Amino acid sequence: MDLNIITENWLFLYYVEICMTSFGDAFAAAWALIAGFDGELADIVLLSLKVSLSAVVLATAIGLPLGAAIAVERFPGRQVLIVILNALMGLPPVVVGLLVYLLLSRAGPLGTLGILFTPQAMVIAQAVLITPIIAALSRQTIEDAWREYDEQLRSLGARRLSAAMTLIWDTRFSLLTIVLAGFGRAAAEVGAVMIVGGNIDGVTRVMTTAIALETSKGDLPLALGLGIVLIGLVMLLNALAAVIREMAQRKYG
Amino acid sequence: MILGPNGAGKSVLMRLCHGLLTPVAGRIVWHGARNGDVRRHQAMVFQRPVMLRRSALENVIYGLKLAGKSREECRLRALDVLEVVGLAQHAYRPARVMSGGEQQRLALARAWALGPDVLFLDEPTANLDPSATQDIERIINAIHASGTKIIMTTHNLGQARRLGDEILFMSKGRLMEQTPVDRFFGEPVSSEAAAFIKGEMPWD
Repeated sequence: MDLNIITENWLFLYYVEICMTSFGDAFAAAWALIAGFDGELADIVLLSLKVSLSAVVLATAIGLPLGAAIAVERFPGRQVLIVILNALMGLPPVVVGLLVYLLLSRAGPLGTLGILFTPQAMVIAQAVLITPIIAALSRQTIEDAWREYDEQLRSLGARRLSAAMTLIWDTRFSLLTIVLAGFGRAAAEVGAVMIVGGNIDGVTRVMTTAIALETSKGDLPLALGLGIVLIGLVMLLNALAAVIREMAQRKYG
Repeated sequence: MILGPNGAGKSVLMRLCHGLLTPVAGRIVWHGARNGDVRRHQAMVFQRPVMLRRSALENVIYGLKLAGKSREECRLRALDVLEVVGLAQHAYRPARVMSGGEQQRLALARAWALGPDVLFLDEPTANLDPSATQDIERIINAIHASGTKIIMTTHNLGQARRLGDEILFMSKGRLMEQTPVDRFFGEPVSSEAAAFIKGEMPWD
């Protein structure tokens, strides 16, 4: 009886040691890829950054004016629009991917553009995904500021548009952290870019889709390396947002 | 000087006159008014100063720029006005980190810089300590001396006596009395006014 328990424990520990060793090897290999600026890894990271950056620029160009307009204007159906915008923040990325796929596929309305399975399609899909986030959050931020500044700005003679611009500039730091959040959301999603991009090697393979592929192949080093870079990126964005908030509060009040 | 219990409609009256609220019925007529945008020759300072996230100087310039003055004109006028209210050395500090009293002085400076015919003040010293209140009262007197008509509300009856020329007493949304300040406190005409004065100064 005692001997069995000892043997089982020993076998279990042996098994754990083997796992840890191969795990440890994979980790070591991953770090080697990162430290050595491995070509494949670098290309994938660069493409991820380019796609998500372009998407967030596009989303901000559309979402920020939209959020500002809804914040300062009053029109019938405004409350409904706000609720819809907030709900759209929770759009599942893979569903966005599906919708954009339908739009861009050969049988679809924009099929003649032929941009399916290219980085452009991925930019569009991610932009569709984060525009509601930027619009809804900037609407909230600007509307809160509007409530505080409204009477004073009108008293000073500011017209609607001029007041909206003043508000956007005055809330610039909060808006910047919203843009960072949008970028983080885009960089971390896999569903949309997988469907409209197709994860084609060297063309539309980004960090998230590469991690999914490599892991399913059982090829851990590249997956782990990309995972570490991705986590690092997300943490960097958050740290940046915190620093911005802190600096703005101290300097401008 | 508009006086009255809470909910009497003092703030609403001022906002209606200034054009921040639109009347549901009736009209607001200013004697000798230039037609069109009356608000251009009026200014208002609220109970809580509302400052933009920029320097004190830039806040004053903001109001002047909206009035269409040139950049250089704005700067000079703003510096002048800051000098008078005693904030010249804080001109380049971010407005929002200043104390409540300083921000309220800045709000007055911003309003004064526009050279308004009428200045509305909604309980300007309600949130300030006595020394800051004194500073504000001094500035209000200076603005009045420079020719601006001041219309203000306050809950501080001492302040009303110090600064007021004419008392407009309101109760439950109606104007009850319009009396010179000395007569108002001595012999108020309406019973509501008597009760109000007694309530606010029970030791009298």
